[in-house]
Amino acid sequence: MVNRVIVGAHYGLRGWIVQRVSAVLITLYVLLWLGILVVARPADFTQWRALFSGQAMKIVTWLFLVSLLLHSWVGMRDILMDYAKPTSVRFALEVLVVVLLVAWGGWAMQILWSL
Amino acid sequence: MEAHTTAAAGKRARPKYLDITRIRQPVPAIASILHRISGFGLFLAIPFLLYAFQLSLQSPEAYGAVLGNPLAKLLVIGLAWALFHHLFAGIRFLLMDMQPGLQLQHARASAFIAIVAAIVCALALGAFLW
Repeated sequence: MVNRVIVGAHYGLRGWIVQRVSAVLITLYVLLWLGILVVARPADFTQWRALFSGQAMKIVTWLFLVSLLLHSWVGMRDILMDYAKPTSVRFALEVLVVVLLVAWGGWAMQILWSL
Repeated sequence: MEAHTTAAAGKRARPKYLDITRIRQPVPAIASILHRISGFGLFLAIPFLLYAFQLSLQSPEAYGAVLGNPLAKLLVIGLAWALFHHLFAGIRFLLMDMQPGLQLQHARASAFIAIVAAIVCALALGAFLW
């Protein structure tokens, strides 16, 4: 029987690193998008669709989405740790967030690779 | 962050109330809470953005409809603000992790810049969309 206290110090370093690394990846993707909007200027539906039909763009967008979901997890966990007080409530909400993030990830994958 | 901003208050008597309407937050605290609020908003927006993304790739009609109505444009401006604020305040936090800008005056200035820059960028995008 392990009596692990799930609040307190030393459980945050990995989350902190994930948050920082994913933040940098998301920023790079936003910069890539700025470049696309300025240089390629997708102006209509055909160009918009063509932009996402290449495998490279799909993979880069997918990596961005994975970063976004991981980043969301750390952020939502921080928020829940601050405001969702009874541990049982917090745990239930954390499970809900994880389920939502995994579902959104699957949905995103389906959108990208059904093109 | 808080330690740096409240250090100047020193031995001054602490307020006895915790009335959120009467507490005047310092600028870095405002940048910080807006960073949290914008992050939460962006989280809530993920499924709607995914849906819009899916629609935009389906047909030319759906592509036109996604940014067609004014309400969607207003939402996009709101989301753009959230993104820009989260981005700028986040870059500020990452830079502060790496040391520079920890002095109170610098922290205040960078917080102010992040808040204003996000509003300016969101309004610029709004002007571009309209």
